[in-house]
Amino acid sequence: MNVTFLLNGETVQVDAGATRTLLDWLREDRALCGTKEGCNEGDCGACTVIVQDDGGPKALNACILFLPQLHGKAVRTVEGISAPDGTLHPVQAAMVDHHGSQCGFCTPGFIASMTAAHMQGRTDHDDVLAGNLCRCTGYAPIIRAAQAAATVPSPDWLADTPPDVDARPYAPETLDELASWYAAHPDATLIAGATDVGLWVTKQLRDLPQVAFLNRCADLRAITMTDDSIQIGAGVTMTEVLHKMGEYHPSYAELIRRYGSEQVRNAATVGGNIANGSPIGDNPPALIALGAVLHLRHGDATRDMPLENFFVAYGKQDRVPGELVTGVTIPRRAPDLRCYKISKRFDQDISAVCGCFNVTVTDGTVTAARIAFGGMAGTPLRASAVEAALIGKTWAQDTVANAVQAFAQDYTPMTDMRASAGYRLQTAENLLHRYFADRSGQVTSVLEVQT
Amino acid sequence: MSIAKSLPHDAARLHVTGTARYVDDIPTPTGTLHLAFGLSGIACGAITAMELSAVRAAPGVVAVLTADDLPFANDVSPSIHDEPLLATVDLHYLGQPVFVVVADSHLNARRAARLGKLTYREDPAILTIDAALAADSRFEDGPRIWTKGDVDQALASAPHRLQGAISMGGQEHFYLEGQAALALPQEGGDMVVHSSTQHPTEIQHKVADALGLPMHAVRCEVRRMGGGFGGKESQGNALAVACAVAARATGRPCKMRYDRDDDMMITGKRHDFRISYDVGFDDDGRLRGVDFVQMTRCGWALDLSLPVADRAMLHADNAYHLPAARITSHRLKTNTQSATAFRGFGGPQGVLGIERIMDEVAAHLGLDPVALRQRNYYDAMHTGGLSAPRAARPPEGISEQKKAGAVQTTPYQMPVTDFILHEMTEALLVTSDYHHRRTAISDWNAANAILKKGIAFSPVKFGISFTLSHLNQAGALVHVYQDGSVHMNHGGTEMGQGLFQKVAQVAASRFGIDVAAVKITATDTGKVPNTSATAASSGSDLNGMAVANACDTIRDRIAACLAELHHTSAESVRFADGQVHVGGESISFAQAAQTAYLHRVSLSATGFYKTPGLSWDRIKGAGTPFFYFAQGAAVTEVVIDTLTGENRILRTDILHDAGASLNPALDIGQIEGGYVQGAGWLTTEELVWDDTGRLRTHAPSTYKIPACSDRPDIFNVTLWDAPNPAQTIYRSKAVGEPPFMLGISAFLALSDAVRACGPHDPDLQAPATAEQVLAAVQRARG
Repeated sequence: MNVTFLLNGETVQVDAGATRTLLDWLREDRALCGTKEGCNEGDCGACTVIVQDDGGPKALNACILFLPQLHGKAVRTVEGISAPDGTLHPVQAAMVDHHGSQCGFCTPGFIASMTAAHMQGRTDHDDVLAGNLCRCTGYAPIIRAAQAAATVPSPDWLADTPPDVDARPYAPETLDELASWYAAHPDATLIAGATDVGLWVTKQLRDLPQVAFLNRCADLRAITMTDDSIQIGAGVTMTEVLHKMGEYHPSYAELIRRYGSEQVRNAATVGGNIANGSPIGDNPPALIALGAVLHLRHGDATRDMPLENFFVAYGKQDRVPGELVTGVTIPRRAPDLRCYKISKRFDQDISAVCGCFNVTVTDGTVTAARIAFGGMAGTPLRASAVEAALIGKTWAQDTVANAVQAFAQDYTPMTDMRASAGYRLQTAENLLHRYFADRSGQVTSVLEVQT
Repeated sequence: MSIAKSLPHDAARLHVTGTARYVDDIPTPTGTLHLAFGLSGIACGAITAMELSAVRAAPGVVAVLTADDLPFANDVSPSIHDEPLLATVDLHYLGQPVFVVVADSHLNARRAARLGKLTYREDPAILTIDAALAADSRFEDGPRIWTKGDVDQALASAPHRLQGAISMGGQEHFYLEGQAALALPQEGGDMVVHSSTQHPTEIQHKVADALGLPMHAVRCEVRRMGGGFGGKESQGNALAVACAVAARATGRPCKMRYDRDDDMMITGKRHDFRISYDVGFDDDGRLRGVDFVQMTRCGWALDLSLPVADRAMLHADNAYHLPAARITSHRLKTNTQSATAFRGFGGPQGVLGIERIMDEVAAHLGLDPVALRQRNYYDAMHTGGLSAPRAARPPEGISEQKKAGAVQTTPYQMPVTDFILHEMTEALLVTSDYHHRRTAISDWNAANAILKKGIAFSPVKFGISFTLSHLNQAGALVHVYQDGSVHMNHGGTEMGQGLFQKVAQVAASRFGIDVAAVKITATDTGKVPNTSATAASSGSDLNGMAVANACDTIRDRIAACLAELHHTSAESVRFADGQVHVGGESISFAQAAQTAYLHRVSLSATGFYKTPGLSWDRIKGAGTPFFYFAQGAAVTEVVIDTLTGENRILRTDILHDAGASLNPALDIGQIEGGYVQGAGWLTTEELVWDDTGRLRTHAPSTYKIPACSDRPDIFNVTLWDAPNPAQTIYRSKAVGEPPFMLGISAFLALSDAVRACGPHDPDLQAPATAEQVLAAVQRARG
């Protein structure tokens, strides 16, 4: 596949295999060894690079970024962050001054993440760096460096203009084009952010004979607002979802703030997170609790369904070969929605349990309830028995205490490395207690406690 | 003097520009081959058939080697030759290397390695402490037992007595740079090996044995590691030996780096422990005696488990004087990865055992846990330090000794003469505002039903020296060139801790020159031979002294030369501020070097150092294994959620003793990083094996080291600025491992928060994941 992009300010044209990763290409073909491989699965951030397009600069994990995804974009690696004359970028200088590196192996990735954030004027350092692991410093000096660098203006030498490029057959630019191609090639793999497919390649060592890249398909990237709904295109990244939901569904936004990491959210799409059918993805429980409608398309034919119906069983979705997820529609307002993510680590961790609650109380009585969980079954699943135990009852502690017993009817969770079955079930029950306390204004999350 | 300055890490600028070179970044010659291991799929049993034709036929494969193809020693063990590079017949853990693929690319090697078809006879695997105890599966002939005083009598006569146990998990090192090695064949069969290792001499040794060569035919070079933490003390042997053997077989350079999942499946981790105790104490909470049983899973091979388990025993007292103690240590053999060195080397596990006792005793008596700890501390160091005058004549009789303030001894009979935690604790309680905050937390807990806060103090007293006494030696090689620039080399390795920078500061200080004039060079077995691993926190102590010694030799030669020319005494020649002052004149150091050269003075010298005063009998458990103790203390505040067990650290205050610091910024970096790593060990970092012995947490997606937001919101770290009474390099103290144990305060704070939930003993187990905290909350509530 012929790919054209800007690398550290210089246009490069590469004839690359569809699943050749940027990281391997940088290190093996370009001898740009500053970008490191720490985990080869997008969890440590040592391979972080800056990618610029019309959406501005963003940090991405090069280990699960395929070269064709870069077509028409501009890439900066750690080698391209200081000025041409060798002057350090303010972030680099601050990291030296504040002793932000020890072994130095994670440092290039930190520099890339911090520089991307610096270019955007961001100061939410913990979120910016949630996807960069450091085993030496304990992070404190890195944060001191980030804070110091934030007071220095961003230098102009990083402002890249992505090259104008021709359309490529492997990257459809319209939904019509994509839908008809996919209907004709139903065995192909669709690749959006590659945060999951990337691991098929780097860890399972799978060959993907036929692929299409979705990131140039503008039709999938729209968020459409109506008076009472929000339609999110399948290709909208989780970063874009996060920004949008802050205003409309803040609890969902807080969940997404902890979804993967900055690098993962910059690549991952809402459609990918649904279509891959994972029982532990964090979008589906929230979207199901919101009453989302899923949009699918096969050739010219479209159909809609409640999102929960899409997940048939573990590894099985209601999708015919060649049919693709095009988007999802949620209500614009759901003031009672609360989303709770329970994981071993707060950031960049897969949920042991993700519980989302949307209970409507009218004049003290529960009139509607949508409760959905991830991590409790082979699919994202509604807690129908719990919902039934709530509807029609007075919204009170007693009702909640009663209703939690129904979780055992709804779910038979499994024990794995993230949590035991017993913990999962008990936590699900307790999250309904938390939801009740949360709605009555109590402080219920350790993340809210100030020092 | 460049000593005591907070200069940046010598490679900081290289780090931030991506130009610091690690093993996998070294440009390789054309034709370099890449290796990957094929692994055992079972935890215990034997190979009955190995079908490797698909592996050999895979794209890019040049060779496939099994144990039968190894020309000489099939051994990568750092201790008793019980660890073959490639399995022969018997399989001992799931993930054990069985064959090695040599291919034209890293990816092709990985792909091919998965095509091997192994047929097994599967035997029941021993996976847990209990299973190993039941099967009497252990290293050594039985448990090691050290005793001090009459423990049974002390326990029987104590006014109070408690029993309990605490389990603590292992820990994956998660060095960001995975294991890596590159072997470059030389003329005449010699081999050069680049390895990401803390122990170049051992790499040299194991490679030489594997090639049937004397050590002089093998040279190992290490410029830097991307983190080590003990995980590269012995675990790099397999890669280096595999590369060397494959390079010998193919005549081509060979490189190997583990993919992260392979790294975590193959290599050893921190030892997990269960420590049970029986403690007797008086009404004031003073301990009368403790009977500890330490049980540890060593995994399938011995590796470094004996000294690790010894060090756990050596730290069973932590900072507390135990009038009577018995420490029994079971070193259990299991069908899991062979547990290995990890920062603290058993010390943290031993310390956690007694810190748990302190909390249990305090809770039992209703005493403040800090006051109880202070009451049990060793006696304070005599004013004036080690050299202070002592009683001229030894007192007679035990009671007389007490009156005269006889020095208290550890359970292994070492006198504790440098104990400074009394003063440090008082200072930290003030700066951390401990007592006010404890009250405030009580009030806060009374007002909050769902969330609870906790606070805890914990100290550390960590023994400095390798307990295998002969390892406490180091060498250095220093050249001064005619232009006054200095080439510095020593046996220590750089893994991020700033050793090279600290030692360069030492060298610059000896010559009175700017540190920029000192070139730091890669550790190289061809320059300094017979080195010890960079481990046991000893890097600066040992190598700093050796380099100082080498520098002094050259300096004295220059001084003698100049003194003769200026008709003055060598003693009067001074080296300072980049100048050499002699006979009323000042010349630059470069001019001095030039002059010495012209007068045919050797400007190259080796240096050597060995730690004085050590004597240790590890079987008896008696002697002086340590040169001195490094100390520190921490106060941590946490909050937990009683509905889910979620928890986080709110604030940490640390006061740590680095002696007269060689570089305060680097030392603080070790303390901050060590604390967070220690807290990670006891909170989110959970290793999970399934019933078949398969490690289920073999990547960062499932194994969770602390992330950025897990550091304490408020994180105050201060150095206790006082010179080491022991004669170390510029009176500094070792700092690599001791602060790791300050992370224990986070675990104790979680336990304290759980205590606020109910009247019963929370019995919190480690790691305190959300799930463990929730279980403890339920126990506390009864």
